[in-house]
Amino acid sequence: MAERAVLTVSQLTDQLRAVVEEQFPAVWVEGEISNFRLYGSGHAYFTLKDEGAQVRGVLFRNRMRRIRFEPGDGQHVLAFGSLEVYAQRGEYQLVVELLEPRGLGALQLAFEQLKARLSAEGLFAESRKRPLPRFPRRIGIVTSPSGAAVRDILRIIGRRFEGLSIVIAPARVQGDGAAQEIAAGIADLNALGDVDVIIVGRGGGSLEDLWAFNEETVARAIAGSKIPIISAVGHEVDVTIADFVADLRAPTPSAAAELVVREKHALIDGLVDLRARLERAMRQRLVRDGERATSLTGRRVLTDPARPLRDLERRVDDAVRHLRHAATAGLRRATHRVEIATAGLRGASPFARLSSGRHRLERVDTRLSGVMTRSLVRSQHRLGAVVGRLDSLSPLAVLGRGYSLTRTPDGEIVRDAAQVTPGDAVEVLLARGRLDCRVERTKERDDRPQV
Amino acid sequence: MTDLKFEDCLARLEQIVSQLEAGQLSLEDSLKVFEEGIGLARHCAKYLADAERRIEVLAKDDTGALSQKPFAWNPDEEP
Repeated sequence: MAERAVLTVSQLTDQLRAVVEEQFPAVWVEGEISNFRLYGSGHAYFTLKDEGAQVRGVLFRNRMRRIRFEPGDGQHVLAFGSLEVYAQRGEYQLVVELLEPRGLGALQLAFEQLKARLSAEGLFAESRKRPLPRFPRRIGIVTSPSGAAVRDILRIIGRRFEGLSIVIAPARVQGDGAAQEIAAGIADLNALGDVDVIIVGRGGGSLEDLWAFNEETVARAIAGSKIPIISAVGHEVDVTIADFVADLRAPTPSAAAELVVREKHALIDGLVDLRARLERAMRQRLVRDGERATSLTGRRVLTDPARPLRDLERRVDDAVRHLRHAATAGLRRATHRVEIATAGLRGASPFARLSSGRHRLERVDTRLSGVMTRSLVRSQHRLGAVVGRLDSLSPLAVLGRGYSLTRTPDGEIVRDAAQVTPGDAVEVLLARGRLDCRVERTKERDDRPQV
Repeated sequence: MTDLKFEDCLARLEQIVSQLEAGQLSLEDSLKVFEEGIGLARHCAKYLADAERRIEVLAKDDTGALSQKPFAWNPDEEP
């Protein structure tokens, strides 16, 4: 009887290890993650399984860092690694080098995961979005100082409005450490204290190139900024986590510049409009006062009608002077500004908003210097005429001494009782007010001694 | 008035215009706020005209202190 070949447990395990580790130095395994545990050491342990079997897996800390999504139970993954026998426990396990989600790419999955997490935190809420300042005096830009984005932004701002102050916080926008530099740039611009709005972005690139804008560091920096932020990453089709957190998403860096500068044009339009309203309101006020004065004189109750009218006339004169001055000197400058901006724009694409602003300006200008002042001059003339008429009527002051005037409804002064018959309506003008009367009886002669 | 922030200046102007348009003021008050309004509008226009163009780039020294340096670029040159 042959002697039995007896191995010690260690010997068996050693042989198994030799076979296993030689046979499976590098293998792709597909399965579902379960029992995923991340330990304080930074290593993660889990089980990969399918319907019929399971295998232990370990992800060491230094490998964990290279995995862009967050592994978790239930995920269907492809794992790449080597098999190792763990002698002390008689187990074997897969030492994972790479882990990829099955179906979705790792980056997409990471994007979805971070998006879901930050959204649940409320970082994308509409209520968090701040309005852009209507008039940014100083614009901050976080981007690469040598990239295409900064040039696009500067070119557009320069063309549309040369009078803006800009500060660039230089940051690498792709590769390792880019996210940290972008976040630092946002913090630095906040620290300056005089920046009104920040554009954060870069030009187009692959999903990997744009990745920094999908990192939590950048998302947190944007959320933590006290200054409103416009995100401007890549092209129209590129949507990043930064876009969701930002106060406003611009489809491209150029568009971000247009959004900032458009607000300034809106402001000029608004200013011109306010000025026109101011002047129109004042004009209406003056015209109304003129009409009231006319109706007062119509009642013939003013004992010295010319004086207050002359006061009013003088005030109207002053206002007319104000308005003329405003219409010419004041608005010319704003018109000039818009014209400069428009001339710049003609070389590029036409912007309807601006040209409508310019037309509005022209209309307002014309109205102010022409129609409006003419109308004021007209009411001034009307007042002048009324004053002249009143001067000639000054004998009416006798009404104040108790006399009154009787007129027929046609306005004819009644001097003779024969002018009216019983039942006729007449009006009696007193020093203060008027009486509407009806004739009861007429006497051609009365008991008064005839003169 | 030069110390007045642009936004505040504009807000006051808007307020004045609404007041005048409501027509509740006496003639004297109307003229007074009109004067003020014209002044504000002029101030706002001047503010826009006087904005000074500066393009700077942030620099950080070894201690982390921030400074601002002029940023040189040529708009016609492609990167």
